[in-house]
Amino acid sequence: MTSGLSLADLAMNKLALAAVLVLFLLVLAALTGPLLNRYIIKHDPLAMDLDSLHVPPGRDHLLGTDGKGRDVLARIVSGSRISLAVGAAATGLSLGIGVLFGLAAGYYGGRVDLVLTQLFDVLLAFPSLLLAIGISAVMPPGLGSAMLAITLVSWAGFARLVRGITLSLKEQTYVEASRALGASSARVLFRHILPNALPLLLVAASLRVGGFILMESSLSFLGLGVQPPTPTWGSMISLNRAYINSSPWMVIFPGLAISITVIACNAVGDFLRDRLDPRFQP
Amino acid sequence: MGPFIVKRILLFIPTLLGITLVTFLLLQALPGDPVQSMAGERTNPETLARIRAEIGVDRPLPLQYLGYLRLIVQGELGRSLYTNRRVSDDLSEKFPNTLRLALAAVVFASLGGITLGTLSAVNRGRALDRISSVISVGGISLPVFWLGLTLMLLFALHLRWLPPSGMGGGGVAYLVLPAVTLGTYSLASIARVSRSSMIESLSQPYVATARAKGLPERTVVLKHALKNSLIPVVTVIGLDLGSYLNGAVLTETIFGWDGLGRYALDGILKRDYPVIMGVVLFGAVVFVAMNLLVDISYHLIDPRVRIRSAE
Repeated sequence: MTSGLSLADLAMNKLALAAVLVLFLLVLAALTGPLLNRYIIKHDPLAMDLDSLHVPPGRDHLLGTDGKGRDVLARIVSGSRISLAVGAAATGLSLGIGVLFGLAAGYYGGRVDLVLTQLFDVLLAFPSLLLAIGISAVMPPGLGSAMLAITLVSWAGFARLVRGITLSLKEQTYVEASRALGASSARVLFRHILPNALPLLLVAASLRVGGFILMESSLSFLGLGVQPPTPTWGSMISLNRAYINSSPWMVIFPGLAISITVIACNAVGDFLRDRLDPRFQP
Repeated sequence: MGPFIVKRILLFIPTLLGITLVTFLLLQALPGDPVQSMAGERTNPETLARIRAEIGVDRPLPLQYLGYLRLIVQGELGRSLYTNRRVSDDLSEKFPNTLRLALAAVVFASLGGITLGTLSAVNRGRALDRISSVISVGGISLPVFWLGLTLMLLFALHLRWLPPSGMGGGGVAYLVLPAVTLGTYSLASIARVSRSSMIESLSQPYVATARAKGLPERTVVLKHALKNSLIPVVTVIGLDLGSYLNGAVLTETIFGWDGLGRYALDGILKRDYPVIMGVVLFGAVVFVAMNLLVDISYHLIDPRVRIRSAE
């Protein structure tokens, strides 16, 4: 079992390669969203057109229109910006907070560890979506509240992981050597322990991004998070639920967008785990 | 009752306190008067006064928290802002429905996941294995609410095999779609673990012995390998139990299932804070209690766990 990552590995694994390609296109679509909608799809995601309500997928509207005559494809492109932004921000923030608290708990041990571990356990004791609902319910709804809610329910998972890695790395001889040479705690933590923990963190983060995107779509499906008229994948489904029998495309396509994105994220996560996590033997 | 179990139960207490502290802080973060939001706007003045006195809003926060704890211990979770019913009454009325749905989902997920995992381990690398891996990747990636709507569209609205929603006075047909929707996520993770555990079991010497004795492959797989591959699978099933509460919020909403999840959604839509916080608190307590039970039952069932924790 080799560990390490190369483009050759990626080219060998067709599924992972396809997933990376899908994610690349998604990010591209999200970044260029407004331009894509104006010049290529040629529909405004917010413009209601009363003459074309419930239009099935066809030449003019590739994925049809919704109950208010808005183009479904343009709304999916627009919604990708929310999903990917929340997914990326929640991953970055919860990983950052988790690393700081996890390093502190694992490295300092003793009472610090006891208090922090108890804190992690309490946060992990909540069913995650339920706690996210509670947190976003007390905040004014919006992009920020969705990011914050997902971050607050997720960082403890990363923190517990980092704590465990730190505990084992702390005993390594190179850490002892560095400490014996008089290195400060900060230097030991950020120059010796953190870099060695990075591959495992990358694996953990990549495996969770998909879950964060699912959670964002669940929150907006429930009417929390980003509010209408801004389209999100979750709210597109909940707003058009009533038409599922007569115009299923309004519900099917946004759901496919979520599913494809999350499958791609999970496939990349699985690939990274197979390559980088020595504990895991496929 | 060994020292392990006593220790585990004692550790349960700080976790419960932590959970109540989190919900207390969330109530504090609410816009407006926390007592009013906890009690409900149409509460009669006596209840309001009682809660106010019990929490003591003019006292420092730690003392307020103690007051809040005292209320919870008495089963007082406030009243709905809209119906003015006690949240604790609502919770005890809806919980059995959620429990019934969750049990059906656990059965579906466990049987389906173990079957799928075992089949793909036995047929490793062949078409069946690949189909099963597609199902297990899909299962953890599809949004629950969308899966539910799609199943409803297909099996209830088009094929008309099953009722689209409602509880139908307890009819089993009404349970099928919600249970499948709620159980699919777990089914996928159970199938993954069951596959790798089965592959490992099949490479053990006792399996080779059983084959060498000339036992038919069926017996080898079902009698010898499967039984031993189940331990990690049971762990996953146990760990996943609490997550059914997450899925229940979404599943119940879609299928009009009158349980905790739909109750929570009603609360969210109306910004009915006592209801939302009641469900969050109750859900977390159920989740922790479930994990405690799973831990204790391992301890009782698996002698290896017992030995390890004694050391």
